[in-house]
Amino acid sequence: MRKCVITVVGKDTVGIIAKVCTYLAETDINILDISQTIVDGYFNMMTIADVTNSKKEIATVAKDLEELGASVGVMIHCQREEIFEKMHRL
Amino acid sequence: MINRYEVYETNQMIEQDNLDVRTITLGISLLDCIDSDLDKVNENIYNKITTVAKDLVATGEEIEREFGIPIVNKRISITPIALIGGAACKKPEDFVTIAKTLDKAAKEVGVNFIGGYSALVSKSMTKSDENLIRSIPEALACTDRVCSSINVGSTRTGINMDAVRLSGEIVKATAEATKENDSLGCAKLVVFCNAPDDNPFMAGAFLGVTEGDAVINVGVSGPGVVKHAIEQVRGQNFEKLCETIKKTAFKVTRVGQLVAGEASKKLGIPFGIVDLSLAPTPAVGDSVAEILEEIGLERVGAPGTTAALAMLNDQVKKGGVMASSYVGGLSGAFIPVSEDQGMIDAVKLGALTIEKLEAMTCVCSVGLDMIAIPGKTKASTISGIIADEMAIGMVNQKTTAVRLIPVIGKDVGDTAEFGGLLGYAPIIPVNEYDCSAFVNRQGRIPAPIHSFKN
Repeated sequence: MRKCVITVVGKDTVGIIAKVCTYLAETDINILDISQTIVDGYFNMMTIADVTNSKKEIATVAKDLEELGASVGVMIHCQREEIFEKMHRL
Repeated sequence: MINRYEVYETNQMIEQDNLDVRTITLGISLLDCIDSDLDKVNENIYNKITTVAKDLVATGEEIEREFGIPIVNKRISITPIALIGGAACKKPEDFVTIAKTLDKAAKEVGVNFIGGYSALVSKSMTKSDENLIRSIPEALACTDRVCSSINVGSTRTGINMDAVRLSGEIVKATAEATKENDSLGCAKLVVFCNAPDDNPFMAGAFLGVTEGDAVINVGVSGPGVVKHAIEQVRGQNFEKLCETIKKTAFKVTRVGQLVAGEASKKLGIPFGIVDLSLAPTPAVGDSVAEILEEIGLERVGAPGTTAALAMLNDQVKKGGVMASSYVGGLSGAFIPVSEDQGMIDAVKLGALTIEKLEAMTCVCSVGLDMIAIPGKTKASTISGIIADEMAIGMVNQKTTAVRLIPVIGKDVGDTAEFGGLLGYAPIIPVNEYDCSAFVNRQGRIPAPIHSFKN
C-alpha cells in the first residue's frame, strides 16, 4: 500500500473537509484515517490516505490540492508518508 | 501509524526552519569520452552529459513535490577534466573549449552548476594538469555554470608547493578576469587538500576516478533546524545539548537518505553517499553562525568559537552517520562567510577575523570558504594562505579547502556582492607581511610522519 499524509492548515471556513474529500474520492484515493481540530480559530486537519489506486501521480495530486487550498484560503500539503516514517521511526 | 505531532514537527522544519535537501548531485564519469581529437572530445562530453543527466532536474522536481521537501540544487559532477582533455589539449586555450562545452551541456539539462573542471596535483603536475590550471581564469570568465577545483596536497603525498604557488596566481588572475562582477569567478574555484572523490557540494565537486560510471550523491542541510532544536535546551548542560544536536542531525539526514534512494530508483543510477552537512544560506535562520551563537557566544569569532564548532561538527556526524547507509563527501558544518548571515555580521563587527576562521577550519568540514579579501592582495600572499590551510588538512588527515575572492578594486570597508546562494561579503583584512621567499621555494612539502601507516 502506498500512503500519503494530507495536512490542511488555515482559517476555518465551511466545507474544507468536503472539498478535500470530494477531490480524493474523484481521484480514487481512499481515506484511511482522518482527524481534525480547531486551535485558536485555525483549522488543522490531518488525513492518511491510500494512494495505491490513485488516478493521478502523487506529484500532481500534491499540486492540485495546493491549488484547491489556495482557492479557499488554506494551506494544503500532500506528502508521501515515507518522509515522516523515515524521520521519526527507526 | 504516524501521528499529528510528528507530521507537524517535520513540516515545521521545512516551512519555518528552512529544512531542505541542498543538492542532488549526479556524478558522471567522462573517462569514456577521451579522444586525441579536440572536437571529438567535446562532442563526446556533450553527448554523454546530456544523455545521462537528461532527466535529473525533472526527477528532482518530482521528488520535491511528492515529499513536500525543497531540493534546492540539482547539479552534476564529472571526472577531473585534466584527465579527460589531456590527450587532446595541447595548450590552455584548448581546455577552455571543454569548459564552454560543459557550460552548454549544463544549460541544456538545466543544472545550475557543473563541477569537475579540475586537476589533481597533490604530488606533482603533468603538462596537461598545468595547462588546465592555467586555463582556469579564462574558463571561469567565459562560462556561467562551470566550477573548478585543484587538489594540491594530501596526507599521503604532502603538499605540492609548485601547485600552491601557481594556485595563488590563478586565483588572482581569475579575480582580474571577472573583476566586472566583483571577481565572481573566484567563487567557482576551490583549492583543496585531501579532496574527496564523492563530494556533492559546489564549487569543489568532481567525480573521482575511483567512482563508477554514474552515481547519485546527496547533500543535506538544516542549520535552521538545529538552531531551533537547541533553543529548547538553552542553559542546559553539554550532554543535553549534544543529544539534541545528534537527534536533529539524525532526522535531517534521514530525509537526505530518503531523497537519495528515491532519486537513485527513479533515475536508475546507483546511490553513492549522503553528505552530512550543515550548509548555510544567506537567509536569516539558515546560519551556522547563529547555531554557535545560540550555544552561547555573543558573536561567532569570540573565544570559545573553535570549541563550540568542534562539538557541533562532531555531533552532526554522530547523529547523521546512523541515518544513512553510506556517508561521504565533506560531511560536517560549513563555514562560508558570504553565504551565512551570522558570519557576515560578525566580520562586519570585527568579531570574526581570517585567522579565527583558519582556526575554525581545523575542526570543521571544509576550509576558508567564500571569504572576500582586498583586491590588492599579492598572489604570493594568497599562496601563503593556501599553504597554511593545506598544512592543516595534511597534518589532521582531513579535507581542507580555500575559496578566497580577492575583489579587484575593493578594499577593507567595502562589500562584495555575488548574488543568490553565494551571498555577499564584507572585505576582510589580510596580514600583509610578505611570504614570497617561502612560497617561491620549488618542490613539495613531504608527507607528515603519521601518514606512513603501511
